[in-house]
Amino acid sequence: MNAASWGWLVLLFPLLGSVVIGATFRVLPARAAGMIGIGAIAAAFACGIAAVISLQGEPAESRHVADSLWQYASVGGFDIDLGIYVDPLSLFMVLVVTGVSTLIHIYSFSYMQSDAGYHRFFSYLNFFVFSMLLLVLAGNYVLLIVGWAFVGFASYALISYWYRRETATRAGMKAFVINVVGDIGLVLAAILIFRELGVVEYGAVFERAPEVFTTTNEWTAVAICLLLLVGAFAKSAQMPFHTWLADAMEGPTPVSSLIHAATMVTAGVYLVGRSHPLFELAPAAADVAAIVGVVTLLVAGTIAIVVTDLKRIIAYSTMSQIGYMFMAVGIGAYSAGFFHLMTHAFFKALLFMAAGSVIAAMANMQNIDKMKGFYKAMPFTAAMLIIGALALSGFPGTSGWFSKDEIIDFAAFRGGWYEVLAIAGYIGAFMTAIYSFRIIFRVLPGPPCEEARHLIETGHVVHGEPVNPATGGQEDTEVGYPGEDHHIAEQAPGMKVGMSVLAFLALVGGLVQIPGVTEVITHFLEPTFEDSPLAAMHPTAAEAWKGLAKGGAIALVGIAFTWWLYIGRPSMPETLRRTFRPLHTLFVNKWYGDEIVDFLVVRPFLGLGRFADRVFEPFVINGLTGGTMSVVRSAGGAVREIQTGMVRGYALLMLSGIVGIALYFLIRSI
Amino acid sequence: MAIEWFLVLSALLFTVGFTGVLVRRNPVVILLCLELMLSAGALALISFSRLHGDGDGQVFVLMVLVVAACEVVVGLGLVVAMFRRRIPLDVDAMKELKG
Repeated sequence: MNAASWGWLVLLFPLLGSVVIGATFRVLPARAAGMIGIGAIAAAFACGIAAVISLQGEPAESRHVADSLWQYASVGGFDIDLGIYVDPLSLFMVLVVTGVSTLIHIYSFSYMQSDAGYHRFFSYLNFFVFSMLLLVLAGNYVLLIVGWAFVGFASYALISYWYRRETATRAGMKAFVINVVGDIGLVLAAILIFRELGVVEYGAVFERAPEVFTTTNEWTAVAICLLLLVGAFAKSAQMPFHTWLADAMEGPTPVSSLIHAATMVTAGVYLVGRSHPLFELAPAAADVAAIVGVVTLLVAGTIAIVVTDLKRIIAYSTMSQIGYMFMAVGIGAYSAGFFHLMTHAFFKALLFMAAGSVIAAMANMQNIDKMKGFYKAMPFTAAMLIIGALALSGFPGTSGWFSKDEIIDFAAFRGGWYEVLAIAGYIGAFMTAIYSFRIIFRVLPGPPCEEARHLIETGHVVHGEPVNPATGGQEDTEVGYPGEDHHIAEQAPGMKVGMSVLAFLALVGGLVQIPGVTEVITHFLEPTFEDSPLAAMHPTAAEAWKGLAKGGAIALVGIAFTWWLYIGRPSMPETLRRTFRPLHTLFVNKWYGDEIVDFLVVRPFLGLGRFADRVFEPFVINGLTGGTMSVVRSAGGAVREIQTGMVRGYALLMLSGIVGIALYFLIRSI
Repeated sequence: MAIEWFLVLSALLFTVGFTGVLVRRNPVVILLCLELMLSAGALALISFSRLHGDGDGQVFVLMVLVVAACEVVVGLGLVVAMFRRRIPLDVDAMKELKG
């Protein structure tokens, strides 16, 4: 079988899993549903590996296969195939998505075990994986949009998974609406591409683009790329479309881990990487991507340092790390960007899983102010948290160290104003170290809090009242979560398996790309980016090692600083908070991102709606329809008098009419 | 013979029929008068057919006869229905269908 056939199988299994679980939920035992879910994704992962093996057998220049099942649409010269495009980049994404998904499915198998919506959860989760795979395997921009919209829906469905919780349904709507704004950008970009080039298939688009987008209409390419970026920014929670991601944490923790950290939110990075021939024809747009990435990484970093909701800290960290990826693909460090995408998927999924374990042990409390002393209560989770934080902050030797510093190196290597990006990247790295170890130093050491003590003494986690962590209100438990015996923390074997595999990957995953030694990712992705002049340039191994040393030093300093702040001088954070109160207020309020969007977009639209409701509808619409109606009614009232019911009268009228017409024509003809 | 005579006869027949429809109140008589009007039309068609020397008019006449037969079926059906319900056979008495 060739790579394309394996690619179709990759798509088939998660779809089948979703349909089977969704259709047979009444008769299927819960455990079987979970097993089918895990099995479908594992099978997709196996097929992905088979596709890689089959593709690696080809010579480097022909390592891309386009294949089509049937014609998806054909309207007036607009022919779209239901086709996939299998090349190293899409297979790389397939492996990351299915690999991490398999582990998270295993984790969910335990984590969700007492939830009444178990089947629904796995059906959605399988559907999400299918959509994500469709997004990365799509062979043209139209099918990409289909996958893009599907993951948007899956994300919505899973954020609002506990649909009785109002904050969750609101967060789902917010995510969906912001993503639809991005979808519009993407659709416009696809239309513009079709108008300019007449095709939408990747291969044909990238072949024709250099001929069409010459210096005379470079700005069309810039427009296309900016529209693509609108879609990418919305999906990847970059400024100014970032506000939905923190709210998306209302979903179950495995969902935050899979969709809102490891896979879906990196779709924007994939889009830019996939469309890199266009972005290289429009350097201005690529710079926009890099700058927005850097701004997001700094802003999100500052927020992550001050918020107290455990999951939201990690969510802002995700935004920040995706900022690095956008910076990478914006400046042309493609393999570094995708390398960081992969390592980030490992350690961020791990961090979320460990956080989920802590939150479960806290009876759904998410505030880190209340957490203390979990090191003794849950040594395994504590180890996982520490490993995740080490990799995230770029501790030397961990995966994050290799990937993040490779991006910053490249920015410094390109010189010019890109050095500013590199410096901002280092500042971001320092902040990363602070916020990731802030979690560690506040949650793990110290005298155990009430919940942790309960766990140590009885060996069971606390059964708290089901309350909404966001509002503190009573939860409706009828739809399952948080059911009576939901809180299982780390005892369940499935959670341990998922976490330990990811911890292993987070620790050693960086070894595949040691500068000057292995560089597996660069070589693997080379066929995709071979035509790019930017991919050919990269710093020498010596320079790369120098950058790694710098990055490692910054991470160590950051961790030491955080230690000093929270352990050495426990009064220090309070002092700092008081000294920089305006700054702290700004950060805690997330730079007023929600308020700005509210003021600029929501309020004007609400005002417009109110105007339509109060003025336009009653006066204009009702005036028009009501006026027409009364005219017709009064005319009818006048005419109905003629209807007497006298048949002979009608006959006479008819006769006089005919005679009248006949006379008229007779007189005229004379 | 000139065509005018036929047409005048046809017009006369039509007028007689129409006057009958207007002045009589018995539905059976009104139906008879309607038949008279149809026959007048048929006569005119036959005359024109003869004038032009082809059969088109005669074909139309056949159709008119079919329509007349149908109309009589419906009309007499109505009359029978009225009779059965003991409704007076007077068209002026039946004027409930008004605006």
